[in-house]
Amino acid sequence: MTDKQAGGDVRLSGISKTYGSFTAVHPLDLTVPQGSFFALLGASGCGKTTTLRMIAGLEEPTTGTVRLGDRDVTALPPHKRPVNTVFQSYALFPHLNIYENIAFGLRRRGIKSVKKQVDDMLELVQLGDFAQRKPHQLSGGQQQRVAVARALINHPQVLLLDEPLGALDLKLRRQMQLELKRIQTEVGITFVHVTHDQEEAMTMADTVAVMNGGRVEQLGAPAELYENPRTTFVANFLGTSNLLEAEVVRNTDGEVVVTVGGGKLRLPAGRCPDATATGGKVLVGIRPEKISLAPAADVDAVPAGRNSVTGRILDSSFIGVSTQYVVESPAGKGLEVYAQNVEHRAGLEPGAEVVLHWNPEHTFGLDAAQAIDAGVETVGETP
Amino acid sequence: MQWLRRNLVVIAGLLTLAYLILPNIIVMVFSFNKPAGRFNYAWREFSTDAWRDPCGVADLCGSLTLSLQIALWATIGATVLGAMIAFALVRYRFRVRGTINSLIFLPMAMPEVVMAASLLTLFLNLGAELGFWTILIAHTMFCLSFVVVAVKARVMSMDPRLEEAARDLYAGPVQTFLRVTLPIAAPGIAAGAMLAFALSFDDFIITNFNSGNTVTFPMFVWGSAQRGTPVQINVIGTAMFALAVLIVAGGQIVTNRRRKRALPQ
Amino acid sequence: MTVTEAPPTSPAPARPPVHRTSVRRRLVPYWLLLPGVLWLVVFFVLPLVYQASTSVQTGSLEQGFEVTWHFATYWDALTEYYPQFLRSLLYAGTATALCLLLGYPLAYLIAFKAGRWRNLLLVLVIAPFFTSFLIRTLAWKTILADGGPVVEVLNTVGVLDVTSWLGMTAGDRVLATPLAVVTGLTYNFLPFMILPLYTSLERIDPRLHEAAGDLYAKPSTTFRKVTFPLSMPGVVSGTLLTFIPASGDYVNAQLLGSTDTRMIGNVIQSQFLRVLDYPTAAALSFILMAVVLITVTVYIRRAGTEDLV
Repeated sequence: MTDKQAGGDVRLSGISKTYGSFTAVHPLDLTVPQGSFFALLGASGCGKTTTLRMIAGLEEPTTGTVRLGDRDVTALPPHKRPVNTVFQSYALFPHLNIYENIAFGLRRRGIKSVKKQVDDMLELVQLGDFAQRKPHQLSGGQQQRVAVARALINHPQVLLLDEPLGALDLKLRRQMQLELKRIQTEVGITFVHVTHDQEEAMTMADTVAVMNGGRVEQLGAPAELYENPRTTFVANFLGTSNLLEAEVVRNTDGEVVVTVGGGKLRLPAGRCPDATATGGKVLVGIRPEKISLAPAADVDAVPAGRNSVTGRILDSSFIGVSTQYVVESPAGKGLEVYAQNVEHRAGLEPGAEVVLHWNPEHTFGLDAAQAIDAGVETVGETP
Repeated sequence: MQWLRRNLVVIAGLLTLAYLILPNIIVMVFSFNKPAGRFNYAWREFSTDAWRDPCGVADLCGSLTLSLQIALWATIGATVLGAMIAFALVRYRFRVRGTINSLIFLPMAMPEVVMAASLLTLFLNLGAELGFWTILIAHTMFCLSFVVVAVKARVMSMDPRLEEAARDLYAGPVQTFLRVTLPIAAPGIAAGAMLAFALSFDDFIITNFNSGNTVTFPMFVWGSAQRGTPVQINVIGTAMFALAVLIVAGGQIVTNRRRKRALPQ
Repeated sequence: MTVTEAPPTSPAPARPPVHRTSVRRRLVPYWLLLPGVLWLVVFFVLPLVYQASTSVQTGSLEQGFEVTWHFATYWDALTEYYPQFLRSLLYAGTATALCLLLGYPLAYLIAFKAGRWRNLLLVLVIAPFFTSFLIRTLAWKTILADGGPVVEVLNTVGVLDVTSWLGMTAGDRVLATPLAVVTGLTYNFLPFMILPLYTSLERIDPRLHEAAGDLYAKPSTTFRKVTFPLSMPGVVSGTLLTFIPASGDYVNAQLLGSTDTRMIGNVIQSQFLRVLDYPTAAALSFILMAVVLITVTVYIRRAGTEDLV
C-alpha cells in the first residue's frame, strides 16, 4: 500500500478486551485501509461489536492500541475521535426532530451555520421532506438513513456500522445494502461494518474478517473466503459446505489423493493444509452448488477425471431457482447438493440411487483436528 | 338477566367508581352550604358566602400558603436527591447496590406512623425546635423514595445507546447529560416531582408528629374536625380538585395538538 | 489484497493492562448517591436507632429518660395494647380484602373494556387525591350520618342487622362503629389498589383471552387460569400498598370511629403527643414495624414476586 493511503488507515495492534475472567476479544492485529468497506462478520458474542466499540472509544481496550493513520487515539474519549457510529437500532434522539438529530454533531463542535450541510445531507439520504418529523414517526428504513446521515455529516475518518440493517425486513435489507454501498462509494469514507449476516457481509464489503470466539478466524475478499475457507468455522458459517472425513493416500505432483468411505477423491495440494502427509487425516470439503447429480444408472456418463461418490436421495426441496437435495452416502451422511432447475430431470426423487460428481479443482482440504460442525448452528440465525 | 351477567364487571366497576367519587361530590356540594352550627356535616341552605370569602377563617389561608411552600421545597429537594440516586442506580455498577435498594424500599414499606414517631424521637433527642424545618426535612425524606422509583423506571427504559450516540457525536459528558439524558428522563422526573408535591401537600401523619405548633393545611383540617369545620375547607378542597383537573385536561389538549401538528397529513 | 494481518490467533502476549478506568470516573456513582443516601441515613435510619434506644429507656418527662435496657416495656405495652394491635390487623386486613374485591372489577374495566374512555376513567380514579384526604374523610361523616339516606337504606334492606350480628355496627348507627372505620380505610387506600392492578392487567395481551377461549376455556375459567395469575404482581403490590398504610393509620379511626375502634396508630399517637410516655410509644411503634415487615416479607416470599419497586 502507498504512504498516502496509510494516512487514514485504522490500525489495531494487540488490542484485546476482557471482562473479569471472560475474554471478549483476544489480542488482535488488524489494519483497515483508508476508503475500504470492511466487514466484521460473526455470530453474536464473537467479539465483533466489542472490537467496533473499541474503535469508537465506547469501550476501553484492556491491552493494545488503536491508531487512525499515525495518530494514537487509544486514550481519547469518543467525543474527541474523528470516528462516528451508526448504532444498532439507530439510537436516534427521540426528543429531537430529524433536522436536529442530523445537526447534533455539528452543533456540539460549535459550528454555527449548519443549515446548508444538513439540507445537503437530507438530500443525500432522500429525506428532505421529513426534516421536522420526530424519529418515531419514520419507518425503519427511514430511521436507518437518518442514523447514517447523522454520522456522515461530520465527515468522520471512519464510519462504524453496528448491525445497521438488523431491524429491517428482508426486502428493505437488500435495498439498504445497495444504498449503503452507493453512499460509501460516493463519499469515499472508510466503512467498518459489523454484521452476523454472511450474505450482507459478502454483498457489501471489499474485505471480510470472520470472527469467532474473540478471534479473527480468517480475513480476505468475499470470494476468496468462500472458495478457500481455511477453517471449518468459515466453511460452515459462510454458506454451506459438505465436509467429509478422509485419509490421505498419496501427496505427489501437486495432487492429493484421499479415501473417503471406500472411494477415492482427488484435490489440489495447494488447497490443503500445509502439513498434509500420507496416512494423515484431512477434512475434504465441497460446496453444494459445485456438485452434479446423476441417476446411478447413468454412472458411465460421468466424464472421466471427476471426483464421484455414490449415494441415495433422502430428501429434495424445490425452491424455484434450484432444487436442494439431501443425499446419504458412504462418504458422509446428509450431503447437500444444489442443482439449478434448468430442465426437469427424471430419476432424482427421494429414494433414488445417485452418483454425485464434481471437478476435483473445486475440492478443498481442511485440518482434521478441528470440530467438523463448527459454525453450523449459527447459520440458522440469519433471517 | 343475561344482560346483567354479561355486564357484571362493568356494573361492579362503575359502582366502585361511584364509591371513589362520592366524597368529592359531597365536598363540592357542601362548599355551598350554610351550616347551622360550627360543623358543616348536615345540609341547611344554599349559599356562596364561603366562595366569596375563602380566607374568611382565621389561619386557614396562612396554613394553605405554608403547605404550598413546604410542598414546593420538599419537591425540589426530593427530586434533586432522588433523581441523582436513580441515575446512579441505573447507570453505574457498584458494590452497595443491594443495600441502597433496600434503603430506598424500606420507607415505602413502613407504616407512616412508625417513621413519624421515630423522627420525632430523633428531633427530641437533638433538642431541635419543631416547625417549618423539621416538617421540610421529614417531607423530603419520605418523598425521596417515590421520586427514585419514578425516575428509575424512566431511566431504565431509556436506551443506553442514546448516550453513547451523543458521546460519539462530539458531546462531552456534561453536554451529553444536558442535551440527551436530562431531556429524555424529564417525563420521569416530572412524574416523580408531581408525586412528591402531592404527597407532601397532603401529608398529615408525619406532619402531625413533627410540626410542633406550626399549622399546615392538613393540620388545620384536623384541628377543625375537633373545633368545628368551616365551609371554607370545602371551598379550598373543591378549588384544588378543579385546578388539578384543569391542569390535567390542559396538558392532554396540548399533547394532542402537538401530536396533530407533528403529522401534517 | 491491501490488508496486512498478523496471525489471527497470535499467542496472547502477556502485555500488562495499559488502560485503567480513572479513579475519578469510578467515584461518580458514589457522589451521585451521597447526598440522598446521607439524607435517608440521618432522617430515616438514625431515627429508628434513636427510637430503639428510647424504647428501652426509663424515667419521666421531668427527670429525663435514661437507657436502662428495660425490655419489660415491650411486654407491658403488648399486654396492655394487644386488643388495639389485633384490631389494627383485622381492620387493615378487612379493608385490604375489600379494596381487592372492589378494585379488581374497576381495574379490569379500565384495562379491557373502557376503550376510548380509558384515560377519563383513570383520571377519575386519581382525581380524588387532589382534594386533601382529611376533607374527603370528613365527607364520610355526612354520608354515613345517623338517619341519613345511606344508613336508612342499609337499615331497611337489613344489611345493618347482618353487620351488627358480625359486631361491625351497633343498633341503627354506622358512624362511630367498626364498619365506618373500615369503610373509611377502604375508601382512602382504594386507588393504591386499583393503580397497580390496572398496570399489570394492562400488560396482558388481550389475545391471550381469545387463545384461552379457543382452547375450550369458559370465561370464568379463563379468568381463573389466565387473567388472575397474570395479574398477580399487581395483586401483590396493591395489597401491600393498601395493607401497610392501613395498619398504621389513625385518621379514619379518629374521625369516623369511637373509643371502641381505636387502632394501634391512635395509641402511638396519643402516647407520643399527649401522654408523653416515650418509651411505651417507641416500643409500640417498633412492634408495629416488626409485625408489618414480617408480614410483608412472608407475603412476598409466598407470592413469589419481588419486583415491587
